[in-house]
Amino acid sequence: MAEPTTAPAAITLIEAITQALAYEMRNDPAVVVLGEDVGVNGGVFRATAGLQQTFGSLRVLDTPLDETTIAGLTVGMASQGMKPVAEAQFDGFMYPMVDFIVCHAARMRYRTRGRLTCPMVLRVPWGGGIRAPEHHSEANESIFTNVPGLRVVMPSSPARAYGLLLAAIREPDPVIFFEPKRIYRQYKEVVLDDGEALPLDVCYVLRDGSDLTLVTWGAQVKETLEAADALAKDGISAEVIDVATLKPLDFATIAESVAKTGRCVIVHEAAKTAGFGAEIAARLAEESMFDLVAPVERVTGYDTHIPLFRLEMKFLPSVDKIVAAAKRAMALS
Amino acid sequence: MTIAAHFDIEYLQYLDPDGKLVADLPKGFDPKSLLPLFKQMLYVRVFDTKAIALQRTGKLGTYAASLGHEATHVGIGASMRPEDVFAPSYREYGAQFMRGVRPREVLMYWGGDERGNDFEGPKNDYPWCVPISTQCLMAAGAALAFKLRKEPRIAVSCCGDGGSSKADFYAAVNSAGAYKLPLVLCVINNGWAISVPRSAQTGAETLAQKGLAGGLHCLQVDGNDLIAVLEAMRRAGERARNGEGGSVIEFMTYRLHDHTTADDARRYRGEDEVKAGWTREPMLRLRSFLTAKKLWDEAQEKAWLEECGKQVDVEINAYLESKVQPVEAMFDFLYADPPPDLLAQRAAAIALEKRNG
Repeated sequence: MAEPTTAPAAITLIEAITQALAYEMRNDPAVVVLGEDVGVNGGVFRATAGLQQTFGSLRVLDTPLDETTIAGLTVGMASQGMKPVAEAQFDGFMYPMVDFIVCHAARMRYRTRGRLTCPMVLRVPWGGGIRAPEHHSEANESIFTNVPGLRVVMPSSPARAYGLLLAAIREPDPVIFFEPKRIYRQYKEVVLDDGEALPLDVCYVLRDGSDLTLVTWGAQVKETLEAADALAKDGISAEVIDVATLKPLDFATIAESVAKTGRCVIVHEAAKTAGFGAEIAARLAEESMFDLVAPVERVTGYDTHIPLFRLEMKFLPSVDKIVAAAKRAMALS
Repeated sequence: MTIAAHFDIEYLQYLDPDGKLVADLPKGFDPKSLLPLFKQMLYVRVFDTKAIALQRTGKLGTYAASLGHEATHVGIGASMRPEDVFAPSYREYGAQFMRGVRPREVLMYWGGDERGNDFEGPKNDYPWCVPISTQCLMAAGAALAFKLRKEPRIAVSCCGDGGSSKADFYAAVNSAGAYKLPLVLCVINNGWAISVPRSAQTGAETLAQKGLAGGLHCLQVDGNDLIAVLEAMRRAGERARNGEGGSVIEFMTYRLHDHTTADDARRYRGEDEVKAGWTREPMLRLRSFLTAKKLWDEAQEKAWLEECGKQVDVEINAYLESKVQPVEAMFDFLYADPPPDLLAQRAAAIALEKRNG
């Protein structure tokens, strides 16, 4: 008689984070989780829910309320053979950590010629659009993409959150792992808890298209896919790429797409000037200029601070803004 | 009046500046054990003098001298076990030599070469740390790793009087208390943070008492008295190893040299102060003490200094003869698995070198 089988339940992005943390804590005794409220409380977003109960307080550590402390302890543990996964409770609270990330984590291997290394992950609930208080809604990824020695990752689906977080924890170098909190619970999908990591240097083509390439990451994947749907209704075929790992950038996938479409619209939430879109646009100018039939467009946050939540949705990229940019690109041929 | 809490800071001194005992020696202390450490202090001073000369003749980059700190540095190094971890700031050569860091590595580092941080000896010790006191918090992280893995190891970190003002230092104190870490924080109070005197750093009477706020064991010691340094470190190390938690020890010493070779202390401190510093320096009193105990004499010192000179010259020559790293060294060791774009830049840099011969 066949065993009754239960199909694995579909899970949200945040549940996929928890699932990956639990998997790797079972798999590798060197993995520890630390941060503010990550223990008994299971994290303010519930990313570490149940972990302390399962793995004990020597594996899941509530820290004193100080981001400098979290970063310093994390670098210290990582450089002495542990694999700490630290949580910065919110993007806007991570600035005190920058000294440790830039001066120590990112260059531990470099400045000791490989004698000491820093295999750590800093998980950062990232971005706006959740009607949060001030300093809870920052899109600050480009501060870190400019730092040599780091890897900067941002998943946009439950499956990629699971696979990329496993890869980040197994990575021998420091990873800044931005989690788009606006889509933490946007939708569910089945994510097998098989311990399979995804590559940390690959962009994902989420939708094939032939007329233009939409490049984005994080929470904007949602609006960008919706924009592609809207464009399809007007007979415009948009390819959608989720960058997923910003550093190192898999530019080949973007270049290949643009070679096919000749047009590129980059969508990101961060402010425009020196945002990571500028890097992609510069690479296109350097390496894909003769493939382009229209100027590269960027749909980004404004060069302002993200406003408090009465205005924040007007700051963020929207389907309308993306469609408008795509149509401007399509008007040229 | 109800007192919520009451604190004292013990001050530890055995040898006064003249080398006279002002307190009974710690129980079981053998003065003979000071001899190899005194020799090590002399070695450090010879090294320091020669390193400064190398900088002055253009053969070394900016160098942070340790002149005057020898008793504190050597005492700290002597108190540690090989498996412990040391997180220095950037002038504790005496401690590092005791742990197996090679003088040529010090010279490599200040001579502009990352290989100086690749210690052949203490593989888990941290490299020199320029950002100020971040090493204290990394050491706390190391101590936390030891505690979580239940290893009988401790972490020792040093910062200066200025360094004790930094948030990172306070964070190390606080986390050491919160997690009861096997951590010894050494505040080496040499009176000056470049041009800013100790008096301008804080309103606290002692720097040792900063540890009280975190629930740590605190002690102020005469950092020019090797016996006091050893006893303070023994107590702190024992506490850490017994699971009794962390310590802050303030070592009172004096920076006899400029902050670094790029500094000119005459701009901000008087000659009288420096002269007075030379009367309290650590070598004088230890030499007097050991001589009085018939453990040391002038002839021995002369012969040993000659030997130190020879040994240091071997190190200097090894440094001077070392080849500059190839240009690709800039790319190597950045990532375990370097991304293709970085490898392309590496190849371009190599090609440029070849073209330029």
